[in-house]
Amino acid sequence: MNPEAHITGSETTASAPSPITVDIRVSVNGDRCPLTVDTRETLLDTLRERLDLTGAKKGCDHGQCGACTVLVDGRRVKSCLTLTVTLDDREIVTVEGLADDDGPHPLQTAFIEHDAFQCGYCTPGQLCSAVGMLAEAAAGWPSAVTRDTGGRAGDGAADGASDRGDDRAGTGRGAPPGGGIRLDDDEIRERMSGNLCRCGAYVNIVAAIGEVAR
Amino acid sequence: MTTTATSTAPSTAVPYVGSALDRVEGLEKVTGRARYAYEYSPDDLAYAVPVQATVARGEIRAVDVDAAIKLPGVIAAIWHGNAPRLAPAENAELSVLQSRRVAYRGQYIAVVVAETLENAREAARLLRVEYEAEEHDVELRADHPEMYRPERVNPFYPADTEQGDPDAALADAQVVVDETYSTPAEHNNPMEPHATVAVWDGDGLTLYDSTQGAPSVRNIIAPLFGLPPANVRVISPHVGGGFGSKGAPLSPVVLAALAAKHAGRPVKLAVTRQQMFAVIGYRTPTIQRVRLGADVEGRLSVIVHDAFEQSSRIREFAEQTTTPTRMMYAAPNRRTTHRLVRLDVPTPSWMRAPGEAPGMFALESALDELAFACGIDPVELRIRNEPGAAPESGLPFSSRNLVACLREGARRFGWAGRDPAPGIRLRDGLLVGTGVAASTYPVYRRPSQATARVEPDGTFTVRIAAADIGTGARTVLTQIAADTLRASPERVRVEIGDSALPDASLAGGSMGTASWGTAVVRACEALVGELDLRGGEVPQGGLETAADTTREVGAERRFAQHAFGAQFAEVGVDPDSGETRVLRLLGVFAAGRIINPKTARSQFIGGMTMGLSMALLEESVMDHEFGDYLNHDFAQYHVAACADVRDVEAVWVEEDDPYLNPMGAKGIGEIGIVGTAAAVANAVHHATGVRVRDLPIRLDRLVR
Amino acid sequence: MRPFAYLRAADAPSAVAASAERPNTMYLAGGTNLVDLMRLGVAVPETLVDVSRISSGAVEESADGALLIGAGVRNSDLAADPLVRRRHPMLAQAVLAGASGQIRNMATVGGNLLQRTRCSYFQDVTKPCNKRQPGTGCPARAGDHRNLAIIGHSESCVATHPSDMAVALTALGAIVHVEGADGPRTVPMPGLHRLPGDEPDRDTVLDPGDLVTAVEVPPLPFAARSRYRKVRDRASFAFAVVSVAAALDVADGVVRDCRIALGGVAHAPWRAETAEAALRGSAATEAVFARAADAELAAARPLADNAFKVPLTRNVLVRTLIDLVETS
Repeated sequence: MNPEAHITGSETTASAPSPITVDIRVSVNGDRCPLTVDTRETLLDTLRERLDLTGAKKGCDHGQCGACTVLVDGRRVKSCLTLTVTLDDREIVTVEGLADDDGPHPLQTAFIEHDAFQCGYCTPGQLCSAVGMLAEAAAGWPSAVTRDTGGRAGDGAADGASDRGDDRAGTGRGAPPGGGIRLDDDEIRERMSGNLCRCGAYVNIVAAIGEVAR
Repeated sequence: MTTTATSTAPSTAVPYVGSALDRVEGLEKVTGRARYAYEYSPDDLAYAVPVQATVARGEIRAVDVDAAIKLPGVIAAIWHGNAPRLAPAENAELSVLQSRRVAYRGQYIAVVVAETLENAREAARLLRVEYEAEEHDVELRADHPEMYRPERVNPFYPADTEQGDPDAALADAQVVVDETYSTPAEHNNPMEPHATVAVWDGDGLTLYDSTQGAPSVRNIIAPLFGLPPANVRVISPHVGGGFGSKGAPLSPVVLAALAAKHAGRPVKLAVTRQQMFAVIGYRTPTIQRVRLGADVEGRLSVIVHDAFEQSSRIREFAEQTTTPTRMMYAAPNRRTTHRLVRLDVPTPSWMRAPGEAPGMFALESALDELAFACGIDPVELRIRNEPGAAPESGLPFSSRNLVACLREGARRFGWAGRDPAPGIRLRDGLLVGTGVAASTYPVYRRPSQATARVEPDGTFTVRIAAADIGTGARTVLTQIAADTLRASPERVRVEIGDSALPDASLAGGSMGTASWGTAVVRACEALVGELDLRGGEVPQGGLETAADTTREVGAERRFAQHAFGAQFAEVGVDPDSGETRVLRLLGVFAAGRIINPKTARSQFIGGMTMGLSMALLEESVMDHEFGDYLNHDFAQYHVAACADVRDVEAVWVEEDDPYLNPMGAKGIGEIGIVGTAAAVANAVHHATGVRVRDLPIRLDRLVR
Repeated sequence: MRPFAYLRAADAPSAVAASAERPNTMYLAGGTNLVDLMRLGVAVPETLVDVSRISSGAVEESADGALLIGAGVRNSDLAADPLVRRRHPMLAQAVLAGASGQIRNMATVGGNLLQRTRCSYFQDVTKPCNKRQPGTGCPARAGDHRNLAIIGHSESCVATHPSDMAVALTALGAIVHVEGADGPRTVPMPGLHRLPGDEPDRDTVLDPGDLVTAVEVPPLPFAARSRYRKVRDRASFAFAVVSVAAALDVADGVVRDCRIALGGVAHAPWRAETAEAALRGSAATEAVFARAADAELAAARPLADNAFKVPLTRNVLVRTLIDLVETS
């Protein structure tokens, strides 16, 4: 088998310092975008510097603050650690894509009502993260404070097996049998800990998300 | 919305000051439409990426830019050998690329400009710099031989004060507390890194800048480039936090303007998170000795508070660590001092409640130690030492409700009946304890200008070069204007964040609302007066009035004016690991009239959250071998995450103070962080019996 | 970041072949560590071979009851997998204790195993580091090492391995499936990660061009009662100061079998074999647990500023074992 047949991507040799570019197609907030990207470009920089979608923020550029959070194929990820070249055929949703024709997303409304931000710089990341997080909880994904992982990783009892996982075949992978996880404040706090807020709006962020989640 | 001239008639609504208006720019912020400095992209834009010094002290011998400028798309590599000359600056931090000298590791020594961000970064990586390194000294020690007494401490206080005979009083006291506390260097770390887009147009310079004060950036940057301030415009509608670090322009904004000038292109420059640990200031580490003398009833006869701090070689920044001790508690004998040493370290600067935050950690920890030593409840101890007038100046307080805050907090928190014995409460496997500490912050106010304008359709525009760094300034100024104009807030548009607007003081010192609000009230009062003269008729071209509060604000003070608060903390400490978590935090504040209960609560809680973070997590670690703060990112420098912040609540007591300003408001942006760390440390002592005098309260200080 | 070529592999053999043909090639999966290291200038590859879409993104059960976890399985899918949660709760807990929701959605099992240390000096190219540049020295020994190793370190390196997941896999005796230039092979855990010795630049026993394709977790029925306890400064989204992965099989008050691994203490996830040996056949009491912990930690050689990790590790190991007994 010729391995080259199984390889796609740039074929330029990398010994020269010239930038290497690759053509890809992505969908951003429902719009198909053909893009020629420098292999070094991150999704965050593509969005902010080339597509003028400046909602996703650069707070650390190293995956340590969450301000750059967007959804790729429905999952929340850090766009600062995602090379755009890897996203061929993927669907991206940014904070600019959360509202629809009927108005703001319920989380956006709740954030305003609960004053869940001050400077607003972490807010787009908080919102995208919350959207992804609610979907994860609805799919039954556990967190570090969920009892049925076999106990709280930090401070709880080790509870061994859970009934929820009994019949994997009957429920399909990734959609645990017990259904969604109820999001109390501890769950929200743990699940949102990848999004730092220096203004200290956490209390209000948790209240806003809790209102939408429950 | 009505469109007739009579629409300026008094609104039937209740006063908007005091109501919980949603943030007026809320929708912009939650939809991602609010633009921050780096998000402006003028035509022909290029990217600037700075290069930092890799020695802590020395001289640059050579800069090899060959490899960098050979990269495709690189426009310029700028260093002191080819940089445009700047006029001398009062703050030497602003004289970027003007000298061979390196004053600290991480100082900006070059900048690369390229067509794309990726190429600019790579070019910056390839720049080669040769140094003549010299021995550096980066270690703060109280016995450092170069410790000296600064002329004054930030912003204008005397370095030392003394009354009575504190040494004799200490010798005579029945009970003495004599302890040394330390606080580490801490970095502001607003979520938005400092950023500038610089655009030259002939002799005109426009800066989209992340700043707490657009006029101050204009006034300081213009002369560096030999320009009159009128030639420089600073635009800054949204700012992603500052906490003091964006209060005065520093090297990044100068570097952006310089790079754009040299390259002949508009450039964007953003400070990286790592670079923020070198070039944009930080809270100085402190070593503080506190001595308290009291009788067995806990009545203080003497307070002595000595602080030792650092600054850099190129700029003296002397923090006012012990100034709150000058007005907190009554005692006939007292002394406060500040000593400073200049080291080969980055220049410290303002960080939320400079002085009060570290100073009150020491003082309020010592008070707790005194309460324990005397066997007196710590709430009662503070009440017992409440002064009748400001202890040093003798001025009466225009309002002082610390006692009310302590009592209200004790009631809400369930403090009554607290067993003072430490280390005896185990709940859900955690050692649990409670602690209390006082908060305070001075009332400042600065002159500002504003205009108010009405259109024939009955809409109003208020203009002032204020800044909303997340404080809610745009919202509360809208409320203040609406009430003065007797109009609903929907009809009032407040324009801020642009140096082209009427001059205003900066967003710092918790003085924004007092300073800007006064100007807004006066401008709006003038407009209402003009309208009344015209029987409410608005002329075809609209009507505009202006106000300047220089005279009003400059009047001499007859009162001591401070906000106060009391913070109560409950902590749980894992007896095996020493992990400390704050279970509950309650703050009760007395800060004059609260203009917007929603945004005010957020400000208080936000400050307390940063205080919690200061108590348990934050520490910038100096690398003694290399001379920089080595934990320079969010993975290593921990700020509180969502999971750290559980039950935090803030309330306030009614306070009617007619001597403050037209709004009757005191500043609230900083008081929330003052006292939190002491309340947590005092609770940790109550929980474990271990007194942690060195922040942060990490598990290694508690594990046994 | 230096310009680099980008190739996307369709399967493991073609990825390995593509890597062999080009100099200075690295595999890219979730990118959460590699992209970070590239931005820091620590990793400077000329070619990235993207293995994130090769077909190993599933958790499967083999005939003998082992779990075969594809190297491309995302951390969040691994932690949510019902079989993993039921049979090896410590593994799900370890994964969930690591990083953040966003990172777990990106990071893969293979990449998690091969992530590099977060030692400050390693991550700062302006400072010496034997791991990054052999022979330049280790400033951490005299400098900042609060979070670094207490066991098994060497003069040349005191780094710790940062993974939580790898600690649980080490306790579980996982077997790593590797595709190399000479075809597939397996590497047991412990055994994948090395101690630094005088070659701290080598984190693992893998050769350049080797690609992790799967991780096999052999059946271990008593691990259904297991636990991962992570100690950290921040309540979430922080690397371990120390951690303990433990499974305990107790009958009639006697330890029949046990598995223990420690994180945050060494250059590799540390299988506590001495403690395990001390426990097997002994009474399941706090005193015995404490003696076993002390026996394991007798090998500790803490540095000036991380001596606290010795009592810390001892305390949390003992507490974790007690908790396992009390809930059984």
